Amino acid sequence: MANPRIATQTVEHVERLEAYEHGFVSDIEQEFAPKGLSADTIRFISAKKEEPQWLLDWRLEAFERWQELEEPAWAKVHFPRIDYQDAYYYAAPKTKEGPKSLDEVDPEILAVYAKLGIPLGEQAVLAGVQGAPKYAVDAVFDSVSVVTTFKKELAAVGVIFCSFSEAVREHPELVKKYLGSVVPTSDNYYACLNSAVFSDGSFVYVPPGVRCPMELSTYFRINAAESGQFERTLIIADKAAYVSYLEGCTAPMRDENQLHAAVVELVLLEDAEIKYSTVQNWYPGDPQTGKGGIYNFVTKRADCRGDRSKVSWTQVETGSAITWKYPSCLLRGEGSVGEFYSIAITNGRQQADTGTKMIHLGANTRSRIISKGISAGKSSNTYRGLVSAHPKATGSRNFTQCDSLLIGKDCAAHTVPYIEARNGHSIFEHEATTTRLSEDQLFYAQQRGLSEEEAVQLLVNGFVREVLQELPMEFAVEAQKLVAISLEGSVG
Amino acid sequence: MLSIQNLHASVGDKPIIKGLTLDVPAGEVHAIMGPNGAGKSTLSYVLTGRDGYEVTDGSATLNGEDLLALEPAERAAKGVFLSFQYPLEIPGVPALTFIRAAVNAQRKARGEEEIAAPAFLKTAKAEAARLKIDFDMLKRPLNVGFSGGEKKRMEILQMAMLSPKFLILDETDSGLDIDALKIVSEGVNAMRAPDRGMLVITHYQRLLDYIKPDRVHVLAAGRIVASGGPELALQLEAEGYDKYVTKDAA
Repeated sequence: MANPRIATQTVEHVERLEAYEHGFVSDIEQEFAPKGLSADTIRFISAKKEEPQWLLDWRLEAFERWQELEEPAWAKVHFPRIDYQDAYYYAAPKTKEGPKSLDEVDPEILAVYAKLGIPLGEQAVLAGVQGAPKYAVDAVFDSVSVVTTFKKELAAVGVIFCSFSEAVREHPELVKKYLGSVVPTSDNYYACLNSAVFSDGSFVYVPPGVRCPMELSTYFRINAAESGQFERTLIIADKAAYVSYLEGCTAPMRDENQLHAAVVELVLLEDAEIKYSTVQNWYPGDPQTGKGGIYNFVTKRADCRGDRSKVSWTQVETGSAITWKYPSCLLRGEGSVGEFYSIAITNGRQQADTGTKMIHLGANTRSRIISKGISAGKSSNTYRGLVSAHPKATGSRNFTQCDSLLIGKDCAAHTVPYIEARNGHSIFEHEATTTRLSEDQLFYAQQRGLSEEEAVQLLVNGFVREVLQELPMEFAVEAQKLVAISLEGSVG
Repeated sequence: MLSIQNLHASVGDKPIIKGLTLDVPAGEVHAIMGPNGAGKSTLSYVLTGRDGYEVTDGSATLNGEDLLALEPAERAAKGVFLSFQYPLEIPGVPALTFIRAAVNAQRKARGEEEIAAPAFLKTAKAEAARLKIDFDMLKRPLNVGFSGGEKKRMEILQMAMLSPKFLILDETDSGLDIDALKIVSEGVNAMRAPDRGMLVITHYQRLLDYIKPDRVHVLAAGRIVASGGPELALQLEAEGYDKYVTKDAA
């Protein structure tokens, strides 16, 4: 009985995994920068975007620094050396000018987003279920932002939500003031590269005392072949402002690896709060051979400058061939709070090295880390986290909980916590568990009538529930489905 | 109802069930008693299709339908329910969520519509009250941090909600104090019906004071070595299993 059953399951497994939902390629006329990376490439990008001189200088300086930096090798991920000259650094849908409204956007691009289930038409959203929460969307297609919705409604309360390029044109003073102030150009190899070649991304400014009336979200889509995506997101929450922001990411299935090196900077002034959620579903590569997939090398950091400010990172990471990502919190303001809630799922041949950094600089700062790693297939999943307290950060507290769940026998989970307390008045707690999805629990659920697949989903959802609860309601459902899809066929 | 013919089953390379034959007609409660290691729990796992319990010969049918060819979930949908000796903890999954998922999975497998939330909640409330389970407990992750007695009551609650055709109770009395034993037994007795069969696996006679069997079988070394009425259980209680164990060894 055993053999034919396993054989069928393996076949089903392969079929399902090959059906990466967002793996389609769209045939859209595009414009590229010449292949390769040089000061000329950067001038090309900057000229295309009609940028001011100061920004071009900023990019060129970053490029010079980047050439002196070494690619980091400390993460527990393995991949062949990247040839940075063998890629395109700018790919944009061909239009003479940027679209002024949704009507001017290439219908092919709209079709892509429709296929992804992302509503770009405000009417479409408004026509939806009565009382359904609205959320504004910025859609970034390869290197450029194609559309941002609900701008008028947001502008009415003073919230600026636009593409990064537009922010450079319309709000240069804000961009100049805050760009690179959280993640300096030379911060690390990939952030430095991003600073030199970043193409577009989202920009948000919430004025003092304003609670942003809707969820803001950006959907990133890499479409072009042999191109990287280097977006830059900058969110500023002024005094006592609040904003909840979500980003989603998908890419087509391609045999070659594509680099995604983004930088996200969050600035929080006094009493401000930012909730930043990510649902990352980049193409993970072929589950059998490991061929293709996105290299997701991302730098995300929040700077809690103001007293009592609060930032919360929630991430659901299911995609990418390799993930290298540590959303961090600089807790400078007195009594500021940093939170990190993470679900990282690896299957097939995926490798993830992800976690967070909580840097306690101010007194009475608090942080909380809940990390749920799930490894299946032949994948490797590492939690790497730093919690540190400066001598001035007296009375600071951290609670960390890292749980790893293993599904199957060929996967690996690692937990690498770094804890540094440089004063005698901080309290750091760390709890970690590693468990294998138990055959007993699976059988118990199956005996109650759940199929093996349903049983795995139910148990995994139980494992990640604490984190899913942190996501905005409408995305929690999406994330739950994504968790299920990522693990389909992982038991057999 | 349940018919087991000349069943042989192994765990790994080790034969545990060695030619077991047993018939439980609809409407009857049969008890299986036996010493430790006789194969009592193995029998319950073989009937429910647990991985690693391999049938090497014989058959087991429910109302004429071959059970052994089915996946565990399919057997459950056909109405086979096992009350576990050690119910599992399911972290992060509220009991209500778990039970509702199970009810709906079985309904789906039978081509029935999903149960609506209000109807489900109403039944769950009524059944919980009958088993003296605080309803708030059903909002907590299933069995996590529950006492032994609470876990067993939760098994009976699931049984009531799933309304199976054939029940297997594996050492349901273990870990129960006398009050819990009464509540659990009442719950089981309420399930007695002309079209429903039950197999009560137990080491001690005590449970059978509360759940009265129609027949009692002695399982030793993987086979039924004696069968009789309820008086057989009392006799075993008085004399122990020695004579069956030695008989097999001889």
